Amino acid sequence: MQRIDSDHRRFREIVRGRIRKNLKKYISNGELIGRQGKDLVSVPVPQIDLPRFKFGQRENGGMGQGDGQPGDQIQQGDGQGQGQSPGEAGDSPGEHPLEVEVSLDDLAQILGEELELPNIEPKGKKKFESYSRKYTGIRPVGPNSLRNFKRTYQQALRRQLISGVYDPKRPTIVPIRADMRFRSFKEETKPHHNAVIIYMMDVSGSMGDEQKEIVRIESFWLDTWLRSQYKGIESRYIIHDASAREVDRDTFFRTKESGGTMISSAYKLCWEIMNNEYPPGEWNIYPFHFSDGDNWSADDTMSCVKLLRDHIVPSSNVFSYGQVESPYGSGQFIKDLRVHFRGDDQVITSEIKNKDAIVGSIKDFLGKGK
Amino acid sequence: MTTLTLSPELRKWAQKIEKLAAELGLDFFPTIFELVTYEQMNMLAAYDGFPARFRHWKWGMQYEQLSKSYKWGLSKIYELVINTDPCYAYLLEGNADVEQKLVMAHVFGHCDFFKNNAWYSRTNRKMLDQMANHASKIARIAERHGEERVEQFVDVCLSIDNLIDLHLPFIERRRKAVDEDALPPDIQKLPARSYMDRYINPEAELAERREKLAREFEELKKKIPPEPERDVMLFLLEHAPLERWQRKILSIIREEAYYFAPQRMTKIMNEGWASYWHSTMMTEHICDDSEIIDFACVHSGTMAMSATSINPYKIGLELFRDIEDRWNKGRFGLEYERCDDMVQRANWDRQLGLGREKIFQVRKVYNDVMFIDEFLTPEFAEQQKLFTYNYNRKNDAWEVKTREFLEVKAMMLKQLTNFGQPAIFVEDANYKNRGELLLEHRHDGQDLKLDYAKETLANLVVLWSRPVHLKTVSDDKTLIWSHDGTRFEETRPE
Repeated sequence: MQRIDSDHRRFREIVRGRIRKNLKKYISNGELIGRQGKDLVSVPVPQIDLPRFKFGQRENGGMGQGDGQPGDQIQQGDGQGQGQSPGEAGDSPGEHPLEVEVSLDDLAQILGEELELPNIEPKGKKKFESYSRKYTGIRPVGPNSLRNFKRTYQQALRRQLISGVYDPKRPTIVPIRADMRFRSFKEETKPHHNAVIIYMMDVSGSMGDEQKEIVRIESFWLDTWLRSQYKGIESRYIIHDASAREVDRDTFFRTKESGGTMISSAYKLCWEIMNNEYPPGEWNIYPFHFSDGDNWSADDTMSCVKLLRDHIVPSSNVFSYGQVESPYGSGQFIKDLRVHFRGDDQVITSEIKNKDAIVGSIKDFLGKGK
Repeated sequence: MTTLTLSPELRKWAQKIEKLAAELGLDFFPTIFELVTYEQMNMLAAYDGFPARFRHWKWGMQYEQLSKSYKWGLSKIYELVINTDPCYAYLLEGNADVEQKLVMAHVFGHCDFFKNNAWYSRTNRKMLDQMANHASKIARIAERHGEERVEQFVDVCLSIDNLIDLHLPFIERRRKAVDEDALPPDIQKLPARSYMDRYINPEAELAERREKLAREFEELKKKIPPEPERDVMLFLLEHAPLERWQRKILSIIREEAYYFAPQRMTKIMNEGWASYWHSTMMTEHICDDSEIIDFACVHSGTMAMSATSINPYKIGLELFRDIEDRWNKGRFGLEYERCDDMVQRANWDRQLGLGREKIFQVRKVYNDVMFIDEFLTPEFAEQQKLFTYNYNRKNDAWEVKTREFLEVKAMMLKQLTNFGQPAIFVEDANYKNRGELLLEHRHDGQDLKLDYAKETLANLVVLWSRPVHLKTVSDDKTLIWSHDGTRFEETRPE
């Protein structure tokens, strides 16, 4: 272990604390969206630097070398220029607020700690088993690619010393077959739970950009948490207005349709997918539906309730409905659901008035540990 | 830390280059080369070159930044030299031989600079041991008083480690303390003929003035500090109500700050000097035909110009060469300055050959501020395409402001003065007669960053344990920023 490791670990601890402290801000600003790679998120951490008296470069300017006429641009600002009071973080070219990489698992853990989310108790058979290899010991047989040089050498040296073949003046060690040592591994099987998230979203005319942004942010955090609970979780995306279709993730967040809203169309499609591809005995299923609460007719709402009660809810771990406030929607649907599923803890409803309400809504959805 | 050994080939080259450097007139401490992996190099750099530094997360942060930037291929540290006797130089394992030769030549430039530049004359050349002592002292303190408390206190000390007096190692700053028993000076009477005296200098008024003067004198005797004090860290060491262990830590961090100060004062010169020598040695003596392209490739990489900052390697090297050329040709002095025939000026060559001698002299007595102030010429600034830029709020962009020589020079000097740090003095330790601390920022046209200043003031409150105030100028208004430990306040002075 290097000496720096302990200092580095301490730094990571501080960073983690800082992220935790600012988590609610990260959530409502949607700051981390688009910053995640496969396993890592890059988090901008404000003010972790030691403070000192120093000059602000935005006010004072600087020096450079190269071509260009007065007035030529040498670098774009960081997009916070206008209306921002001077002296904010990252105010000089080449100086950015410190960005720290955190794994999605860590982030989920921080989210869990901060919102006090319970771990999910998975249901269903442990269908898949995953294998992993762990190199744990040494054995006398094995393929050459796993030969352990050091141990082989030791063995040969020991044999030569004992048998008196070893000559300190000519310290040549020749291993024989019996001296060979190989690394050995154990295969470990791990039970594996299957899980799928089915996102549904209303993309009718009344859902504006702001509403979709909220859904986007919320789904990022739901994803992050559920992914930390189930390895290899699948996601499906359904958009609907008066009719529903399945799309990929990108389309899900970009599509804007006009026209009416028939929520039942989405539920129908959702049930089809569940029924055909994800037998409830083997899968943990998480349908999430987001809309502004406007539905075409009371009749359609009734058929939604019927679909939910008869099919979707009994087969899912939990059915979650998030209602985003929009200036056009009546917001009626959530009331209907609450009337019909009063006391049913397998249906969770949550109203999301604005970005600041996202945190509360995440807690609504995930706080039950289902 | 276990380091790798140099290959026999490189060891041979190290000796050769050492001999060559000495022949060329460089004068250095014994120099020890060590080969390290990039992880070790990043670690060493994170510790500012001292592997046995006291424990703190700041080094961990620097390590993370360095290793990330290495991993992404944004930067690579070729070499690290420490100002000690003997001089330790770390080379990066896995570099091509031609790179290692370049780096070794570069290192001897640094070593010569460390040994001979006057600004380094007061640094502790046994700093490796000293830093290790510091580390174990702080570790002992942490054992006794708690890791967390000590870490927080170290944070506080590090956040003011730029408030030092760069010239303190070289001059006697403080006047002798005012003699406690000294009598106040007598008042000045207005000149008058003897018969007019009692009308012009009435006895009643004289008495009043005498009394006022005496009062002022007594006040002055009580004033702490008697004169504004530049070394804020020292002032706090002497006057802040600290516990012993806190005083110890503060003094350790102050000592380390003074150790690193000369390097921050001579960044351009030090890198310029080392680059001058690596380039001279490599092109004139070391490289064979097969290596010269590789050399040029590495060399030009380190000399890259940037539109957003000054590359000290580039400016330093070019300026040393410019000085050498000017003194070789006699392009200095009154006669040259006064010549306004452009053709004659351009072809000016008195064949003096004083260049080498001059640059050796420059490396001995100058620091960056003096170096730029004295040797930056309009021709040089134009040749090097220097410009200043500023931030245009309307376009949210950084834009070229001007190439006007005087402005460029002024900006460059401003950035270098006081190693680029604001000049802050302790004015009054009994501000408003309430035992509060008043600092003053001597404004030179550059405003302080407010958010950083707030936090720093809060840290100063920890040390002073009473509210702390900073008099500064922001947006052309004189302001007092105050912090009482919980709240920040901005007021206009009466």
